[in-house]
Amino acid sequence: MAKVRIPTPLRAFTEGAANIDVAGATVGEALVNLVEQHPELRDHLFNDDELRSFVNVFIGDEDIRFLQGLDTEIAADESLRIIPSIAGGRR
Amino acid sequence: MRVSLSKALQQRIFEQMEATYPNEGGGFLLGQVEGDLVTIVDIIQVENVFAVEEQHHRYAMTPQDWIRLEDEADERGFSLVGYYHSHPDSPAIPSEYDREHALPNFVYIITSVMMARADDMRAWLLRPDRGAFDGALLRLS
Repeated sequence: MAKVRIPTPLRAFTEGAANIDVAGATVGEALVNLVEQHPELRDHLFNDDELRSFVNVFIGDEDIRFLQGLDTEIAADESLRIIPSIAGGRR
Repeated sequence: MRVSLSKALQQRIFEQMEATYPNEGGGFLLGQVEGDLVTIVDIIQVENVFAVEEQHHRYAMTPQDWIRLEDEADERGFSLVGYYHSHPDSPAIPSEYDREHALPNFVYIITSVMMARADDMRAWLLRPDRGAFDGALLRLS
């Protein structure tokens, strides 16, 4: 199965686990499987069915937005990583 | 939630924010969480990568910064427990932009820098429903 590495602040929603095994042939299917296993993650990863703008998913060093996005195909032993974009501002 | 920060680390944050004024600056908070107490043991300054002309009201890091520093925190036996940034000539209160980009279970420390002088620091936590921030008790030691 593919693995997804969870960023530290969201591990509260995975019982502290840093890596979660997921099923799916694409990044999108893997993330749907992830939120099925850990439903509290959904609102922090998705806005409706779109990834939130500050949520990045990497395969190795590559951002899936520069591949085929959620349709990017993944190998059975692929390692994905969810990475928040940290941003802020006074207004 | 309580947040423990040494006065020495607070001073380092203030000096960084005054140096980046009138632009925003920021970085990561390393530490540990025990119950409702977040203890910050170090800060890591991170370059503001937002477009230069927007840096007076925006701050951002790259995903690569996150990867590098989350791995470094793991190696040091700590966690990324939050991040800090400045609000030049504005109060240390989260903006709507801050809320839209925030995560729960992560401490947001905001420093207000008025006329190039850091004069207020407050800690915040996003509610689990993402609706608003709540203030956290910032304890200086």
